[in-house]
Amino acid sequence: MSSETGSHDNVPDDEKLPRAHEGHGETATRGEDPFANPGLPPHENRVQDVDERAAKRSERTVALFFTVSMLATVGFIASYVAFPIDKIIHVWPLGDISALNFSLGLTLGLALFCIGAGAVHWARTLMSDVEIADDRHPIEAEPEVRAKVMEDFRQGAKESQLGRRKLVRNTMFGAMALVPLSGVVLLRDLGPLPKDKLRHTLWAKGKLLVNENTDEPLRPEDITMGSLAFARPEGLDPHSEDYNTEIAKAALMLVRIEPDDIKDKQSLDWSYQGVLAYSKICTHVGCPVSLYEQQTHHVLCPCHQSTFDLADGAKVLFGPAGHPLPQLKISVNKDGYLEAQGDFAEPVGPSFWERG
Amino acid sequence: MSTESTTKQSGGEMPRQRKAPAGERVADWADGRLGIYSLAKANMRKIFPDHWSFMLGEVALYSFIIVILTGVYLTLFFTPSMAEIEYHGSYVPMHGITMSEAYASTLEISFDVRGGLLMRQIHHWGALIFVAAMFVHMMRVFFTGAFRKPREVNWLFGFLLLVLGMFTGLTGYSLPDDLLSGTGIRFMEGAILSVPVVGTYISMFLFGGEFPGHDIISRFFSIHVLLLPGIMLGLLVAHLILVFYHKHTQFAGAGKTNRNVVGMPLLPVYMAKAGGFFFLVFGVISMLAATFSINPVWVVGPYRSDQVSTNAQPDWYMGFSEGLVRIMPGWEINIWDHTLVLGVFIPLMVLPLVLGAIAVYPFIESWVTGDKREHHILDRPRNAPTRTAFGAAWIAWYFVMLIGGGNDLWATHFHLSINAITWFVRIGFFVVPVITFVITKRICMGLQRHDKEKVLHGRESGIIKRLPHGEFVEVHERLSQEDLHTLTAHEQYSPEEIGPETDEQGVRRKVGRSEKLRAKLSKGFYGENSQVAKPTVEEYEEITSGHGHH
Repeated sequence: MSSETGSHDNVPDDEKLPRAHEGHGETATRGEDPFANPGLPPHENRVQDVDERAAKRSERTVALFFTVSMLATVGFIASYVAFPIDKIIHVWPLGDISALNFSLGLTLGLALFCIGAGAVHWARTLMSDVEIADDRHPIEAEPEVRAKVMEDFRQGAKESQLGRRKLVRNTMFGAMALVPLSGVVLLRDLGPLPKDKLRHTLWAKGKLLVNENTDEPLRPEDITMGSLAFARPEGLDPHSEDYNTEIAKAALMLVRIEPDDIKDKQSLDWSYQGVLAYSKICTHVGCPVSLYEQQTHHVLCPCHQSTFDLADGAKVLFGPAGHPLPQLKISVNKDGYLEAQGDFAEPVGPSFWERG
Repeated sequence: MSTESTTKQSGGEMPRQRKAPAGERVADWADGRLGIYSLAKANMRKIFPDHWSFMLGEVALYSFIIVILTGVYLTLFFTPSMAEIEYHGSYVPMHGITMSEAYASTLEISFDVRGGLLMRQIHHWGALIFVAAMFVHMMRVFFTGAFRKPREVNWLFGFLLLVLGMFTGLTGYSLPDDLLSGTGIRFMEGAILSVPVVGTYISMFLFGGEFPGHDIISRFFSIHVLLLPGIMLGLLVAHLILVFYHKHTQFAGAGKTNRNVVGMPLLPVYMAKAGGFFFLVFGVISMLAATFSINPVWVVGPYRSDQVSTNAQPDWYMGFSEGLVRIMPGWEINIWDHTLVLGVFIPLMVLPLVLGAIAVYPFIESWVTGDKREHHILDRPRNAPTRTAFGAAWIAWYFVMLIGGGNDLWATHFHLSINAITWFVRIGFFVVPVITFVITKRICMGLQRHDKEKVLHGRESGIIKRLPHGEFVEVHERLSQEDLHTLTAHEQYSPEEIGPETDEQGVRRKVGRSEKLRAKLSKGFYGENSQVAKPTVEEYEEITSGHGHH
């Protein structure tokens, strides 16, 4: 069987061998087997092997490729010098593109491609294409080698006395097990502990709602029917270093809905004359929700399509979000500006283990 | 030789012979210190078999090198910092806008450094092609059974390279700190938060505080340019050493056996072909970068945590994870003041399962066959129907999720309801792989029958003959011995039998559960419904001797 399958029988026990049918891997000596391996076919000459003129043509083709590559590199340097970086050209069908990027890329590409094309053409037409068969050898070591290695290992292990001196062995394992702890401890200062950071935002009682676009405090009448307005808490400077981190929790979206259309009782209580303030941060994985459908009061997160019903306490209608967008309780101060009645009652943004 | 020349010099005589050429002397010098001759003896004329599909791994290798070269160039200009600055560079539409230094330096590379945009685009195109090439190369190895002994470890190395490549890509496209990639990081943070017990801690430690903080870009930078590529480079070297050590697999054919490797030598043919192919790949990617814009970060603007762009899509290789997240229902369980965010956590856990399913397959197959021999002859996919069907089902699974990841694009481009697509993907996640499995297996069986037909009756010659009594028949042409051999060279396993559970004395033999499972799988893999018995010599001779042909 082994000679037929042409494989190295690593397992001497025939019982354990898979019952493989005979393959015909080995060049067979039996003349009558019609499926036997006929052996390597004789080499067929290419035209370049017999006709020196064809070979010369190939040589010239290869040389042409290499020459074009040289010219393309010259072209690359010329483009680098010639084209200003802001020059835009129109190239059909690509449209308006950077002249420098286009010329540098094409010349570099051509220079590289021609080296490759030349080398491959050279290999295919001029270098010998006679197929050679090389022997393989089993990856596994011979049994004698294996026995020698095992013996050496046992000898080495014995000489180390690792097995005999239990005290040495156990304390060494202990030391090795403990020493990586230093590395783990060093990671502690990667960041602060979560504590209650995810539960609080900048919103607090009396904070004005500042329009994200105009930087002006918002009045109820600024919020028109059918559109979303975005707000941040007063005092948060968009140019400050921590702006991105703070607005990641505090971002607010305002919408006006006829009070009669507001289905959720608490939602109505927390609104002011039909103006509702919801967290803009999706409760799924934290994208800002922003696509508003004014007819239905649905708002959609463009990342994973979670859909919330703003007329019904921002309940999840569709998509992977797990709970409604938190609502901010608002009212109006004595000057007629919208203000927060406190922080969000629940954590904004994606859920987490401690959220509860 | 060196001792000889020393004696001569000490004797002050002129050497009688001409000195060896300079190249040889350098080689001798190096051999005396590095032992390069024994290395060259084994490898310089190493034989590599030829097949177009063996090129796919090369594409991956070369695009990796290209990505490293261009990546090093980009680090010369990129500032991995989240410090906020006001932009006053060459790109006028962004003047006065507050952005991180990372984003500003990406604009600088694109608009102020000559050739910087080209390098950025080659880097990004190269990365996409790198992961795609690894993916397709893995499929080639899978469908031809090249992962079998002795190459299982190399399969795992390759698999790790693919996974690490995906994460290197993720950390890389996040670096410009633009609106799109920032949204991707936000997604990542949300996913981390969903991890029970430790999620908030991991998030705080990774981001150095709350999202996005000031550290994530510089931390991703070290991971992207140092940690992951370092590991990958090591794995890649190991991967290639093993390719050389095992010698390349080959397809069955005339003169090719399990004990030889037939092809052309490394020097000169593969030096020229493989070396040339590097330049071809580099050239094509350069031209791609010259003509097709990729990741134009100036279009979407700098990252702001309260803004988002529509069509938010990750790079293609992350698309399947995006799909998993999008199709998952929003399950949340609140118990004892704690929240289990299953809607995000389950997809996060399914992701390694999906990837792992393909990684462990070789070990399952070798357990089922119990085959302990080395295999150097590749299978044609049709001759391993169960394996091929499994691979096809896995790919189908992957693509279903990829559709889920782009459900918004499908909806807008084909005017479909996004809810309908989401439901299609939810159901397809379970159904499509099964259907693909069944269909692929049937196709493989059909092809096997066709091969058998060809071996026994020859190939259709296209010549129609009219018999004396008026019947028309097509003349079938006998196959050459070469073709006959190629079509019958594959091995076929018989399904494992457990045997009777009681012996002659009626004593019950203990049959373990795993043994029963193995027998069942073996029947599924190699039973009569899973392969067509290949033609035997007797069948062939019965048909070819005498009146058999028609």
